[in-house]
Amino acid sequence: MKFMQRNLIGLENLSKEEIVHILETATSFKEISKRPIKKVPALRGKTIATLFLEPSTRTRTSFELAAKRLSADVVSIHSSSSSILKGETLRDTARNIEAMDIDAIIMRHSSSGSPLLLSKHVKVPVINAGDGSHEHPTQALLDIYTIKEKKKDLKGLRVSIIGDILHSRVARSNIWGLSKLGAKVCVCGPATLLPPEIEKLPTKVTYKIEEALKDADAVITLRIQLERQNDKYFPSLREYSREYGVNSQNIKLAKKDALIMHPGPINRGIELSQDVADGPYSVILEQVTNGVAVRMAVLYLLLQKEEKYESAN
Amino acid sequence: MNLLIKNGRVISPADNLDKEQDILIEKGIIKKIAKGIKDPKARVVEAKGKIVSPGLIDMHTHLREPGREDKETLYTGARAAVRGGFTTIACMANTNPPLDSEQDMEFILNEAKKIGLINILPIGAVTVEMAQKQLTEIAKLKKAGAVALSEDGHTILDSNFFRRAMEYANMYNLIIICHCEDEYLAKDGQMNEGYMSTLLGLKGIPNETESIIVARDISLARITGSRIHIAHVSTKESIALIRQAKKEKIKVTAETCPHYFLLSDKDLRNYNTNFKVSPPLRTKDDIEAVKEALIDGTIDIISSDHAPHLESEKDLEFNEAPFGMIGLETSLAASFKLVEDKVLTIEELITKMSSMTAEIFNLNAGVIREGFPADLTIFNPVSDWRVKKDEFESKSSNSPFIDNEFHARVETVICMGRVVMDKFKII
Repeated sequence: MKFMQRNLIGLENLSKEEIVHILETATSFKEISKRPIKKVPALRGKTIATLFLEPSTRTRTSFELAAKRLSADVVSIHSSSSSILKGETLRDTARNIEAMDIDAIIMRHSSSGSPLLLSKHVKVPVINAGDGSHEHPTQALLDIYTIKEKKKDLKGLRVSIIGDILHSRVARSNIWGLSKLGAKVCVCGPATLLPPEIEKLPTKVTYKIEEALKDADAVITLRIQLERQNDKYFPSLREYSREYGVNSQNIKLAKKDALIMHPGPINRGIELSQDVADGPYSVILEQVTNGVAVRMAVLYLLLQKEEKYESAN
Repeated sequence: MNLLIKNGRVISPADNLDKEQDILIEKGIIKKIAKGIKDPKARVVEAKGKIVSPGLIDMHTHLREPGREDKETLYTGARAAVRGGFTTIACMANTNPPLDSEQDMEFILNEAKKIGLINILPIGAVTVEMAQKQLTEIAKLKKAGAVALSEDGHTILDSNFFRRAMEYANMYNLIIICHCEDEYLAKDGQMNEGYMSTLLGLKGIPNETESIIVARDISLARITGSRIHIAHVSTKESIALIRQAKKEKIKVTAETCPHYFLLSDKDLRNYNTNFKVSPPLRTKDDIEAVKEALIDGTIDIISSDHAPHLESEKDLEFNEAPFGMIGLETSLAASFKLVEDKVLTIEELITKMSSMTAEIFNLNAGVIREGFPADLTIFNPVSDWRVKKDEFESKSSNSPFIDNEFHARVETVICMGRVVMDKFKII
């Protein structure tokens, strides 16, 4: 199958086949990271820029590792060192990066829609590493990869996403990706942290964590931003944790072998109790491992395609 | 030299006039309206197949002068107005510094005279520096030529303060144009709240952000007996409140803008910041309610809320881009869709873009009548016009209608008897 997308902005606009294609490509890449020499020449000579205008350590590291294991060179532009803070516009930054003959840009931004804007200004592929509350496609792809690896088929699986859905790009990307592969998604959080008309997306919605956990095959807990308390979304972290934290008691409602997932970093004892986070069905670290493989697949598919396209001309 | 407009379809809703007529203009005044007028010395404007309407009036524009002359000036704003068929416009007070003094009123009126295209009327701020601490010297503003008062861009959330502003303005028969926005409820909002905001991951601005303040301002108008005009109505909830208030004979009038009956939040699909506006583009239900309100008169008039912004400001991340779109040059063409779609008759549209506007703001305009000032707009209702980004007279090009196909196109504009635009050419 040919991967025809030029950019990876979100999972909403990917077909089921395209998602499966990325996941299958990731499978073939996963093994590379286990080799003594963790490098293949697939993207040798390519240069990839990570443009992270919002703090992030693990996503950026994961992308960098993915690029390096494919032999691409990586340059990073952080928010602290970026000219954007000095008043340069995104468009100018983008063009400057492109003028240095970069082959792809991986972007993280606090404002929804920014990667799409960037993609209109550059000719090279843009990969969304999380934009505002919009999408975080590679996170959802690695979540789906992890579930698929453990459960084989996603069809009919019950996957619940619990926490701050309102601000979560991970939730939105997962709703799209999981539902396209046939899983039954349920999102759960306090009324103040559920976005309006979310029920019109392919997901169930509930305020009750018991309902979300009941018979779940996988539970994705989301990080609660501590500052939400100050914005009056909920009374206190203590109450949030009591009402929406996943712990050894309420997790019994889920299937016995339900996967425990988290995009990280975890607030231990708040959205996820210590024992569950480290319990036998926690796949949180496997998510991190799979993240590298999935991102290798994404980079490979977008950049290889580019090369084929060029040689075809 | 006299001016003779020949064979146009002359429509003046205030006089129930809709006939093919000639119009003779002498010294800026309409001398005669009749068939087959002959004046060998007059300059003739042939208007066969065209509509001759009273000069259009737009009471809601942001001309950015003083302060942001990089976005628009009174001169470029006036040219944009002419292009769109307007012979009278009012400019909002939220310039930098705001139009809050006698000198500011004089400045606008003097500049308008120097430009010599159309009437530009100043709207005074309600509070000094629009800082919401102290009322402007309203009596003086009125004497200096303020046509209305407004804090447009912001709501005075202190109800007691706003009540006093209404009471005081009413003594001078100055209408207050209310910008209705509960700024707490709208906090950090980027677009209409609903399915689309959830999909796009943008913070929403619910309909009630507007209607809460519409309800309050109607209530204050009830207590004070003052005249208020609700700016840029965008929601079905506000419309229901205004409809009820009118039944109760509260002195409230209302306007909407073309984007609130032609565009919806679905148009933000690709995060195009030219569609980012305040109040935000709403949903299909609201569009239907706005159309209904235009039909039954709940919404009295159409304004543009012309709000120029630089491309460099708009071409930013969605959260960073300012709210607002230009509208002067497309307002008639876009609104004419209502006629094409049989929502309004052509007379009703002209009423809402000219005669009713003149009535609400006490302007000596909006009619084609012998003895009255010759402000006329001549447009072709069946032209083919594709809006192009690089053809705006405005200094800015932040229009949501770029590349749209419209049919009504203004060809000739006459202001105070002078031809200020002749066959698309502005003098």
